[in-house]
Amino acid sequence: MASLVGSRVERKEDGRFLQGKGRYTADINIANQTYAIFVRSPHARAKIKSVDTSKALKSSGVVGVLTGKEIAEDKIGGLIAGWAIRSEDGSEMKVPANPPLAKDVANFVGEPIAVVFAETLDEAKEGAEKVKVDYKVLKAVVDPADAMKSEAIHDGVDKNLCYDWLLGDRKAVDEAFAKADKIIKVDLINNRLVPNAMEPRACVVDYNTASEEITLYTTSQNPHLSRLVMSAFGGVAPENKLRVVAPDVGGGFGSKINVYNEEIVCSWASKKIERPIKWVAERTESFLTDTHGRDHVTHAELAVTKEGKFLGFKNETIANLGAYARVFGTVTPTYLFGPCATGVYVIPAAYSNVKAVYTNTAPVDAYRGAGRPEATYTIERLVEKAAMELGIDKTEIRMRNFPTEFPFKQTLVHTVDSGDYVAGLEKAKQMADYAGFEARRKKSEANGKLRGIGVSSYFEACGIAPSAAVMSLGCGVGLWESAEVRFNPTGQISVFTGAHSHGQSHQTTFAQIAADELGVPMENIDVVHGDTDKGTFGMGTYGSRSLTVGGIAIVNACKKIVAKGKRVAAKMLEVNEDEIEFKDGEFVALKSNKKKTIGEIAFACYLPGQRDEMKSPIPEGDEPGLIESSFFDPANFSFPAGSHICEVEIDPETGNVKVEKYTAVDDFGRIVNPMIVEGQVHGGIAQGIGQALHENTQYDETGQLMTASYMDYTMPRADNFPEFNLGFTCTHATSNPLGVKGCGEAGAIASPPTVMNAVIDALGGQEISMPATAEKVWKACKTLKKSNAKAA
Amino acid sequence: MKTFNYHTPKDVKEASKLASTSSAFLAGGMTTIPSIKLGLATYKDIIDIKSIKKLSGIKVSGKSVTIGATTKHAEVAASKEVQKTIPALAKLAGNIGDAQVRNRGTIGGSISNNDPSACYPSACMALNAVIHTNSRKIPAEKFFTGMFETALKKGELVEAVEFQVPEKADYQKHPNPASRYAIIGVFVAKHKKEVNVAVTGAKSCVYIDKDLSKKLSSSFSSSVIEGMKVDDSEMNSDMHASSEYRANLVSLYAKKAVEAC
Ligand SMILES: Cc1cc2nc3c(=O)[nH]c(=O)nc-3n(C[C@H](O)[C@H](O)[C@H](O)COP(=O)(O)OP(=O)(O)OC[C@H]3O[C@@H](n4cnc5c(N)ncnc54)[C@H](O)[C@@H]3O)c2cc1C
Repeated sequence: MASLVGSRVERKEDGRFLQGKGRYTADINIANQTYAIFVRSPHARAKIKSVDTSKALKSSGVVGVLTGKEIAEDKIGGLIAGWAIRSEDGSEMKVPANPPLAKDVANFVGEPIAVVFAETLDEAKEGAEKVKVDYKVLKAVVDPADAMKSEAIHDGVDKNLCYDWLLGDRKAVDEAFAKADKIIKVDLINNRLVPNAMEPRACVVDYNTASEEITLYTTSQNPHLSRLVMSAFGGVAPENKLRVVAPDVGGGFGSKINVYNEEIVCSWASKKIERPIKWVAERTESFLTDTHGRDHVTHAELAVTKEGKFLGFKNETIANLGAYARVFGTVTPTYLFGPCATGVYVIPAAYSNVKAVYTNTAPVDAYRGAGRPEATYTIERLVEKAAMELGIDKTEIRMRNFPTEFPFKQTLVHTVDSGDYVAGLEKAKQMADYAGFEARRKKSEANGKLRGIGVSSYFEACGIAPSAAVMSLGCGVGLWESAEVRFNPTGQISVFTGAHSHGQSHQTTFAQIAADELGVPMENIDVVHGDTDKGTFGMGTYGSRSLTVGGIAIVNACKKIVAKGKRVAAKMLEVNEDEIEFKDGEFVALKSNKKKTIGEIAFACYLPGQRDEMKSPIPEGDEPGLIESSFFDPANFSFPAGSHICEVEIDPETGNVKVEKYTAVDDFGRIVNPMIVEGQVHGGIAQGIGQALHENTQYDETGQLMTASYMDYTMPRADNFPEFNLGFTCTHATSNPLGVKGCGEAGAIASPPTVMNAVIDALGGQEISMPATAEKVWKACKTLKKSNAKAA
Repeated sequence: MKTFNYHTPKDVKEASKLASTSSAFLAGGMTTIPSIKLGLATYKDIIDIKSIKKLSGIKVSGKSVTIGATTKHAEVAASKEVQKTIPALAKLAGNIGDAQVRNRGTIGGSISNNDPSACYPSACMALNAVIHTNSRKIPAEKFFTGMFETALKKGELVEAVEFQVPEKADYQKHPNPASRYAIIGVFVAKHKKEVNVAVTGAKSCVYIDKDLSKKLSSSFSSSVIEGMKVDDSEMNSDMHASSEYRANLVSLYAKKAVEAC
């Protein structure tokens, strides 16, 4: 039987989605449901003097109005920060309370203050307009760079500083810098992004007054985690009385990791008003209240020798957490950022210092790549600038500093198990026709255009999992993943996974690997996820972990199935277990060549007893049934890596930047489904080009979000991209039996510096911040023209 | 969305009669519906004019192209006759927003709304258009009176827009990267006796750039306006583009348009 792993199997999901048969949270309706509308703060920072609900309660169709007062009285817990980060001085991070409904003070535009439930959506809206909130508007803190000098927005959080974190050795870095021939410096802004999942957040809650069970349908990347948080920290219901279902989810990119105010409030309220509740975010609410991504202000330096050898690296970053610290909010700018900031290079001394600050803006949390795009942008801008200042070819300088041996002990935290960075960059150069660039540049020049080429080599630490590692870094929980493989008597198989698919194609990829392990056709396998009532506890999908952690749990559970199958087959075929070989779905007795298919074994496991023989096929010590589960906790992170090369052409008259060529060469270890992986890379690069050239989240000085709709927030579109030129190299991961590495975020990690390096190259080395919009580039072109004229 | 009364009048007369200070005509709905949904506007009566047959269609005579008010952007873009007589107009329509917007948005809605960054108003100005309403004929330069304001009176309905066929014309636009409306749009039309350079997106309302028009009237060549400085003092400055950048684009796109003629 040909292996399915490695083949371009078409997505099992597509038929359903393309025919509009997806079932999303907003598609779910429950008889007698009410509609929720949240009353949100129109101010970035304001004292809530009073909330008057009397008029709203009398409004037509209104069933109930609840505020921060009631939720506090019922002792419902607030939203949590999942990771405890310690400051350099040893003190614990400062985390303000984040109640689901703000009671005393509102800290960002869009923060929920009250909620109105009504018979219809229109009536809920009418009612919400009648809730009178008396605010005392306070001066908002908006700019992260100023936050430490501004008035504290939370009680007990001095200087608005959550933590001042250090990773690395300042002294060693100072010594390294003292030996340098040259210090390369950059000041960078990693622009804030709105994740913009296609499906806005939503929840539908059904409280069963008889069983006292709450069922929450929600747009989550990790339903089990949601249940845990809501039960343990929110106190909404005991875990066994709370069922969380995340049905089809239309994209998350990290923004649907968090348990949000609305889910907690609606779950709590459904029990209170004894009615089902439906809430669906409007697009503006998504812009205002989904967790945002990035938002760093960085100063970084690289100490180099004349020959381009890297000696030391320092990184001073201010990270904007927004108004509150959320689940991955505190770890994203520290352990997901700092360690990766030294990139794919041997740098003997390094440190990353991050000051995380609170501001009156939407909370910032993980967004595709989470910390690693920021890290890669930092180091890859430095490296490119070093090449330029030292007059060394930009690929050559990278080659000179790549590690030559694996495992590669990276400067700050990680030990990278496998990789071949030279091979990746060589392949990218060849695919991008790097050598032919100069000719293309001249041609552009002859047409009055500026052409630039940019490179970036990246690695990243994903497969967010290893419990021992993440707990030592401050994570509140270990991050293993679970699977259960359940054979039904007739041979169909349900594979339960704790990972969640919201665009990652688990139905297909997981079925491929299980089919290979069990030697059955893929069609016999159904992958089940997203429901806490189905399957065991799981951690969910983020940090490119589904395959490298969840997928391996499936492999291991399948291996247990095969092991049991061998024992049963041995008994049925009357041979010793070690005389049985399992191949292509059949258990074969090696000597006699008698065999049993895995389907027959499953049947026998459930319906023990063979006619005429009156004896059970279940070996002594085994139990009937054919169900196995596995919890996989890998030994290490997964370390995909690669090199990307981008070519842009700039029209100096308008400043328009056109991405002419984009080449990506990635090492994801063994690839299960190349088509799906290419899709992941395409999406990631698109998001990265979006960050580099188009997307920008702008708050004005009072904390109003200026870019709160698609009229003003530029989402990249297909015509912003060239055909992506993808290639792969392969070194197997040693931390898991499949040799796979995560691929979900790499595109978004590698591409922003690749594009920006190309833009800056075209601009003769002039620094320009992301997004490189036409006007900014036009201004830089004017400066370039002036300096060229002076030189001539 | 607040509830409203929905009307489908059979003819212009009935439509006009239904109009009040709290009503809106519904053509493509590309502006009206989002404004209602966002709570920016509320109406008691929505008067859907799409089923009034008379308001839709394209008529071409030797000297003019007349486009019915409810004719969609996609129809203008695809019209062989428009492509032949005023290709610039077909091109303009074909670059409005995106396919969804072009399949619903109408010329009547566009000019009645008079968004400062809409494309059609510049064509009306440069092509000496006459706006036919149910009660009069209004020349374009009298029609567009200010930001989102027109000479239309209550109950007055645009029936058609009559464009003068020029010798040559072209429209060049620098789209807003988010919405794809015009950050700057420049419509250059060379008529027998004059050249009109109409600019949209730059100020609170579409206008004819007199300097550019004059220069090009004397000699229709891009070299006469090459690098010409455009005064930016009244120009819009917002997060998408500064007035300085807009001014640069006006002169640049005028040049591009002349070259494309
Ligand atoms: C995403 C997006 C992108 C866009 N991009 C562009 C662009 O690039 N360039 C551009 O020019 N436009 C653009 N538009 C505008 C669009 O093309 C429509 O022209 C515009 O929205 C209005 O036309 P409509 O037919 O939809 O009018 P409606 O929304 O139906 O009506 C708009 C207003 O006009 C009034 N009205 C409509 N018809 C008449 C009539 N016959 N007589 C009197 N009053 C009338 C209505 O009462 C209402 O007040 C864009 C719109 C969107 C949503």
